[in-house]
Amino acid sequence: MRLTRDMEAVPGVSRAAAMMGTPANRALLEDAGLLTDEGSRAAPTDLLIAVAGGDEAAAHAAEAAARAALSAHRAAAGPAGPRPRTLASALRARPDATLALISVPGPYAGAEALKALRAGLHVMLFSDNVPLETEIELKRFARERGLFLMGPDCGTAIIDGVPLGFANAVPRGRIGLAAASGTGLQEVTCLIARAGEGISHAIGVGGRDLSDAVGGMMTEQALAALAADGATEVIGVIGKPPGPSVTARLHDAVSRLGKRCVVHFVGEVAAPAPTLGANVHVAPSLEDCAGAAVALARKERPASTEFTLPAAEVQRLVEEAARPLKPGQRFVRGVYSGGTLAWEALSLLGATLSDVAPDVTGGGSGHRVVDLGADIFTVGRPHPMIDGTVRREWIRKEGADPSTAVVLLDVVLGYGAHADPAGELLPAIDEARAEARAHGRHLAVVASVTGTDADPQGRAGQAARLAAQGVAVMPSNAQAARLAARVATGR
Amino acid sequence: MRAERGLLARDVVAVSAGPDLFADALVTQGARVTRVDWHPPAMERELAALWRDDVDAANREALARLLAAHQVLIDVRPAIEVIPGMARDLILHAGPPIEWTRMSGPLRGAVVGALLYEGLASTPDEAARLAAAGGVRFEPCHHHAAVGPMAGVTTASMPVFVVENRARGNRAYSTLNEGLGKVLRYGAFAPEVIERLRWFRDILGPALGEAIRRTGGVDVRALIAQALQMGDECHNRNRAASALLIKALAPHLASLDLPPPERARILAFAAGNDHLFLNVGMAACKAAADAAHGLPRSSLVTTMARNGTQFGIRVSGLGDRWFTAEAETPVGLYFAGFGAADANPDIGDSAITETAGIGGFAMGAAPAIVEFVGGTPADALRYTRLMYEITLGENTAYRLPPLDFRGTPTGIDVRLVMQTGILPQINTGIAHREAGIGQIGAGLVKPPRACFESALRALVAERRGG
Repeated sequence: MRLTRDMEAVPGVSRAAAMMGTPANRALLEDAGLLTDEGSRAAPTDLLIAVAGGDEAAAHAAEAAARAALSAHRAAAGPAGPRPRTLASALRARPDATLALISVPGPYAGAEALKALRAGLHVMLFSDNVPLETEIELKRFARERGLFLMGPDCGTAIIDGVPLGFANAVPRGRIGLAAASGTGLQEVTCLIARAGEGISHAIGVGGRDLSDAVGGMMTEQALAALAADGATEVIGVIGKPPGPSVTARLHDAVSRLGKRCVVHFVGEVAAPAPTLGANVHVAPSLEDCAGAAVALARKERPASTEFTLPAAEVQRLVEEAARPLKPGQRFVRGVYSGGTLAWEALSLLGATLSDVAPDVTGGGSGHRVVDLGADIFTVGRPHPMIDGTVRREWIRKEGADPSTAVVLLDVVLGYGAHADPAGELLPAIDEARAEARAHGRHLAVVASVTGTDADPQGRAGQAARLAAQGVAVMPSNAQAARLAARVATGR
Repeated sequence: MRAERGLLARDVVAVSAGPDLFADALVTQGARVTRVDWHPPAMERELAALWRDDVDAANREALARLLAAHQVLIDVRPAIEVIPGMARDLILHAGPPIEWTRMSGPLRGAVVGALLYEGLASTPDEAARLAAAGGVRFEPCHHHAAVGPMAGVTTASMPVFVVENRARGNRAYSTLNEGLGKVLRYGAFAPEVIERLRWFRDILGPALGEAIRRTGGVDVRALIAQALQMGDECHNRNRAASALLIKALAPHLASLDLPPPERARILAFAAGNDHLFLNVGMAACKAAADAAHGLPRSSLVTTMARNGTQFGIRVSGLGDRWFTAEAETPVGLYFAGFGAADANPDIGDSAITETAGIGGFAMGAAPAIVEFVGGTPADALRYTRLMYEITLGENTAYRLPPLDFRGTPTGIDVRLVMQTGILPQINTGIAHREAGIGQIGAGLVKPPRACFESALRALVAERRGG
């Protein structure tokens, strides 16, 4: 019947048949008006080919098509089967799996995460726009079964040296981290690596984990796991300030770890609380958190840093950037891809400046920082660490504002991030500066690069490209924010 | 359920659903990752309500019953003697319930033929009038533990195969296959058709019954397993299975107390019918599916059947409700002189084979069949592999040599069909839309998606209600 199809595809052929010459088939052909005298003498072992067509040429073409089909060598059977279409099917192919990575769109993420937990898997949930009640349900379910639900909406972890989601290439080591923060965890792990120490495990528990609603369920579980982990000597905890009902429990948990510990709550620069044990150090910035972890691992006293560059060098950078500014250019405008980095920048601006916006939604007419990785900006769009389109628009927008003195940026490298973030942002920086020049202004640009030289993008190269275009590249996000504040005030 | 395992205590082995870049990063670090080709499902809310322990538990039991079925052909008897609820005025047909006015050509033709054969009418016109006037009752074969290919028409005096599921003791029934050409199941009712049915009733049926009884029962499960390794998928290709069946019966048929010409006619008929086994296989599949039916909460599909007008499915946890939609026309290849315009919409109970995990689901075993339905041997393997994505288990009794002897994909889950958007793959013959012309081709067909959508909604409602 395949031959029939091939022959009937020939132009000018109205009907065709190719059958073995059995009596039954000959009868069929006769009924169809396709049996000739010659055909009626066919034996059961003969292949009978009959063609009805408009002219002899078409009939010969059909015969040629049939002969070609008969002699053709078919391609060998295809190799592997289809990719599994469900988690359950993937688990049949990988029965020893212990972890599910889920990054499907938010509305579907809860159902997929629950399936994985029900199958006994730990879950790394990268998806954003996961409803709070779904997060609580999933974490309760996970906790009852002794499983981890990492995330949602801070897709970072490093388990046993393996990066999950947005994470950097850092050496293995003796510092373990539990973080309700994605880019905060990246910044701290990278600064630890740059200081010559390494990471045992870094567990991202989701940006809302320390809120009263979620109650720190996964942070507590992560702390217990790190306390029991033989490779971990020092434990760091990073997050937004915990909700009131979580604080006491968390303080109790870190005080009882039996290991040296550093905590940093972004935007909180308060002194150590009396409820914290002697083993716990409180760091006022992500950079100091990394520094304290390194110091504790080396059994040294933690110290705070304002700038790691010499004071004269900082002063030179400030003057160079501030000198060309017009009197109306008074404000720092942060355009961020990392939420924790954005909050840290905002809080450090607030430490020395007035007229600072109260949150990182990009509102306000004074100093402001926008977090373009927040859920409201990522509905139906890729995260700005993957695709810088939205961020480039914001850089141009802030550059065009005559009150902008400094554009402050984070540049986050690592697995999952864009292959060349500096290259992606530089054209927008150039355009913003050209636009400012056209209006008689100069625009200062300050950035930090969160990453390591082992990252796929390479930190040194990215920083050099930015610096070559006149961007002041600082060693940490905290130092970049402090420098931006000094440039804006001309000091 | 895998054991609870510490997160930090071992090497990372992962499954991944979502954009590839995260899985890529893991692979660069030497982790082992299996990626899910994930697509957003329709009806995600309904689905989310059904990925639950109680549904899983019910499905495990339903699947276990489906897989445990051990079918043995034990007899051939007149339908009236063995089919539960059979009656003289009852006509069983393929597919979901349907009344005379909506029946397609082949089904009407088969009804007319059956009424002539039973002596309930003496002319085709009289038979049609009787049927239209409500002089007989119509019910699906499926409501009576029976199945029939194409029109599936089964009446009181027709001899039927009796297949017993030794695992649970339930039985299922199907008529004797008439071969190809002018046959009742394609709606033919010419005198030769009726004459053949009478010969079935008077000679072939009793002879087969006696021969089967003398064998002590033919192990149908073992026979299907063998046939799958001989190039059959036991729906559209039954050449090996039919040969194996007659091989088992021939010694006993030869020793029956019948005039030699009758014995010769029986053996010649059997030798000339490559679909002799189809009805036996269908009854075996029905016996397995019935065993899995009726488990509250289960989303396992226990029936897929077509009456030539509508396609219907039934689900283990949803009792005897049918979920129907307009039947589609198969896509395939046609015999010389026929084309798609001649084709009747999908018809027959034979999709019970796919429901039980053979037929289209075992295409990988039957590379020869692709020449008949269109496609390549690679397609055949692809179809089978795809069906693992919508089934709950594998039938280790039915192993597929081209897939390293993996068991056939078995136990369609309504949830998996809706989650993946993959519809069951059915191999089928194509009937002419007019009664009595017969088979005009063969091809592939899928159930309408709407059947699974309404079944999914019903599962959600049932779960809420209970």
